[in-house]
Amino acid sequence: MTETEIREIVRQALSNVAPEVNLDAINPEKDLRDQIDIDSVDFLNFVIGLHKELKVDIPDADLPKLASLNSCIGYLASRLKQA
Amino acid sequence: MSEFRMPSLGADMESGILVDWRIKPGDTVKRGDIVAEVETEKGVIEVEIFESGIIDSLVVQPGQKVPVGATLAILRTDGKRTEAETAAKPAPAAPEMKVPADEEPPSKITEAPLATEPPRPRISPLARKRAEALGVDLAGVVGTGEAGSVTAADVERAAEQIKRSAEPAPKVSQKAIDYTAMRRVIAAAMARSKREIPHYYLASTLDMRRALDWLSVENAKRPVTRRLLYSALLLRAVALAAREIPEVNGFWINEAFKPADGIHVGIAISLRQGGLINPAIHDVDKKNLDALMEDMLDLVNRARTGHLRSSELADGTITVTNLGEQGVESVFGVIYPPQVALIGFGKIIERPVAQGGMLGVRPTIKTTLAADHRVSDGHRGGRFLLAIDRLLQEPEKL
Repeated sequence: MTETEIREIVRQALSNVAPEVNLDAINPEKDLRDQIDIDSVDFLNFVIGLHKELKVDIPDADLPKLASLNSCIGYLASRLKQA
Repeated sequence: MSEFRMPSLGADMESGILVDWRIKPGDTVKRGDIVAEVETEKGVIEVEIFESGIIDSLVVQPGQKVPVGATLAILRTDGKRTEAETAAKPAPAAPEMKVPADEEPPSKITEAPLATEPPRPRISPLARKRAEALGVDLAGVVGTGEAGSVTAADVERAAEQIKRSAEPAPKVSQKAIDYTAMRRVIAAAMARSKREIPHYYLASTLDMRRALDWLSVENAKRPVTRRLLYSALLLRAVALAAREIPEVNGFWINEAFKPADGIHVGIAISLRQGGLINPAIHDVDKKNLDALMEDMLDLVNRARTGHLRSSELADGTITVTNLGEQGVESVFGVIYPPQVALIGFGKIIERPVAQGGMLGVRPTIKTTLAADHRVSDGHRGGRFLLAIDRLLQEPEKL
């Protein structure tokens, strides 16, 4: 799976939990939760969305690696290579 | 015969606008089925019917504003079908279209795209194929075939209409909510609460070490789809504590306290676009953590996308507000009438804790109770907070 495809999946998963947010306005390097005011329930729904789409498990200890859009995409890309 | 009336979806609601019916005359419905979409200041809500029966007639048409209590539809609750219904034949496919040999016979009811939808009108297999090919959502297609069945011609017509309109048919979640109106409704409810309810406030510090340690170990064993959030532990503790101190769970109505039959915990959800809603999870005391988590994730997701149900907005018996994630240390809330209590949870902060003469550092949460002094006194309120703390010291039992 290419990084572009992963990026699209991440954007879609984010859009599902925050449908009113303009994804293009998000700084991909900065913490997502600071930028779009999502709470722990939204974040878990987001992570579950990623898991369902990409079929990779995301250990609890790895959740900080999903902090920003870019770190999220990088992490998922490496998990998919391992799988 | 029975009248299905516009329910109140919150103490502050006076009327709603019927957006659409999900059923039509002749449909069989059971209690709890979603039968209509109603627009309120809180957004579009899916309204459930309270009785089982057969829809006789729809009194209100989409677009009409309806006061709370007004009749929306007439329901036959005696199970009798009219002559016309018993005589109705299964829906044939549209006569000018050929049905290929490998299609299901048209008399079979095909499933609607979403498994969670209530009973749909009959849709011919050909209509379904056309809908897929043209990208038409069958939920929005009006059937003109026999007994209201949806034919291929109906699907073609709907596709034409969609092409002609300037925008694609809006999803419920994209309907514009008037946040000024929502704010007015919140203002009215909060002002009424402060005017009428003699609030008293208690605060306590919860030691979360055991709960968080247990959670860490549990979550390491669980796949992401079954992870637990600490807020689920808090909700369970509140519900179980409410069993012990029933004066916090119920309503002040007609100058008296009416204890609630169940414990349906409302969660105060702040909407990013502005506004606050308070949908409830039903029977929190009877659900284990897995069931509670599933409900919580689903509820918040639907609150964000505007798909809440009437029973979720009307049935709350006690409310929890968790501003801990916003970095707030403690929250002294305003009770949501006609409820009689609101529990606030602040941020997890490491605090020095003395235990057995030794000083340690523990993760703690400041918890508060805002309660109606007409119903409970500080002593009972205090016991309620103590019960929450005690329950959280044995998280494996929650």
